[in-house]
Amino acid sequence: METGTSRVKRGMAEMQKGGVIMDVMNAEQAKIAEAAGATAVMALERVPSDIRAAGGVARMADPTVTEEVMKVVSIPVMAKARIGHIVEARVLEAMGVDYIDESEVLTPADEVFHISKNEFTVPFVCGAKDLGEALRRIQEGAAMLRTKGEPGTGNIVEAVRHLRLINGQIRKVQALSKDELYNEAKVLGVPYELLLNVHESGKLPVVNFAAGGVATPSDAALMMELGADGVFVGSGIFKSDNPEKFARAIVEATTHYQDYKLIAEVSKNLGAPMKGIEISKLEASQRMQDRGI
Amino acid sequence: MKIGVLALQGAVAEHMRSLEAAGAEAVAVKRMEQLDELDGLVIPGGESTTIGKLIRKYNFLDAIQSFSKQGKPLFGTCAGLILLADRIEGQEDAHLRLMDMIVARNAFGRQRESFETDLDVKGIEEPVRAVFIRAPLIKEVGKNVDVLSTYKGEIVTARQGHLLASSYHPELTDDFRLHAYFVDMVKEAAASR
Repeated sequence: METGTSRVKRGMAEMQKGGVIMDVMNAEQAKIAEAAGATAVMALERVPSDIRAAGGVARMADPTVTEEVMKVVSIPVMAKARIGHIVEARVLEAMGVDYIDESEVLTPADEVFHISKNEFTVPFVCGAKDLGEALRRIQEGAAMLRTKGEPGTGNIVEAVRHLRLINGQIRKVQALSKDELYNEAKVLGVPYELLLNVHESGKLPVVNFAAGGVATPSDAALMMELGADGVFVGSGIFKSDNPEKFARAIVEATTHYQDYKLIAEVSKNLGAPMKGIEISKLEASQRMQDRGI
Repeated sequence: MKIGVLALQGAVAEHMRSLEAAGAEAVAVKRMEQLDELDGLVIPGGESTTIGKLIRKYNFLDAIQSFSKQGKPLFGTCAGLILLADRIEGQEDAHLRLMDMIVARNAFGRQRESFETDLDVKGIEEPVRAVFIRAPLIKEVGKNVDVLSTYKGEIVTARQGHLLASSYHPELTDDFRLHAYFVDMVKEAAASR
């Protein structure tokens, strides 16, 4: 009997496929998310748009918030640790959190090193905006990936950019000859063996979700159309006018992402989505996607 | 043999790959109308609460029950096992209520307790590699249910006539023998229809 194997960690993410993982800030929101059909919840003290508004240093949530959420739902509970913050991650693991997001949404604790995730029993998800970042995180032990997008903006453009880039890079790697692969590994800054695996399989060895800017059912369906395995929704649900309806509509649009009549139906009378931010209006220091490369 | 994989949420592609490897034609099922053309159906692993809601939303509940009434085989893994069960421990309601068994969700604990192990399964010669992820257990079975394997004394694989259920994920390994076992069930059922 073996726990924490790569198959067990990556398999857990496989079971989330086609699903929606929702950010929640308390037990009540967690119950709403579960009732709407979320496949997991991410327990947080503040959603990304609030973190953006508040400024200052964003850290792991108070364990009371996370534990309260773990108590009321039977679906998996994820939580965020700062990039490189080994102790926050160990604390979350000790609490029994099901998946840790080593996340650029929080203020990085280490500007050079990510957590060595292979050493943990609990699986990790990490953000990536290109193939280099994706494979470096996998090498460190990430069992699931997500696009970084630009969290808390309600603007899908960065998540689209990241997913298109990663998938385009995978297609390029597939077409390279073996000798070109050595150089590509050097250019991307990734281990040759992982790149060879992508070259041969034509896909990433772990599940890749969309995240960072999903605000509407159509946004979620767009990311599925572009090849995401599922969707994280951060501020998009509980910063909208009607969280319950938004949550249910996003779940349905993710399942039936090519059924446009259904998406039209579930998009009716939802009320206002979260207020968005135009990316060019963000100062360089406010761009979360540039953290932890 | 044409076998569907319920594709509302979960590890659909893995089951399709395993079914194809076991010699069947695999179809992703998103609408209940698709059931008519199928000889068998797999309900995959995923989140049982999510799949349970979507099953109701898209009218699969009655459709799958009448699919089963025709004697067409069903195979549920992990969440799929929960969906097939007649009763779920600690819950008033269940989902498809096709198999005479009581199941417990997340019976081993949280994700850090998830594991893989070698498992003897009745009807399959060498042990299979079984991957348990936040897995359920079968706590009790009715007299028509055949127990195919146990782990530490608890039931993890069971069969009731044309219905098959496992707590673990055979679709996450390259061992296709449990899928082949199910494909044989589908062939037998089709021959006797």
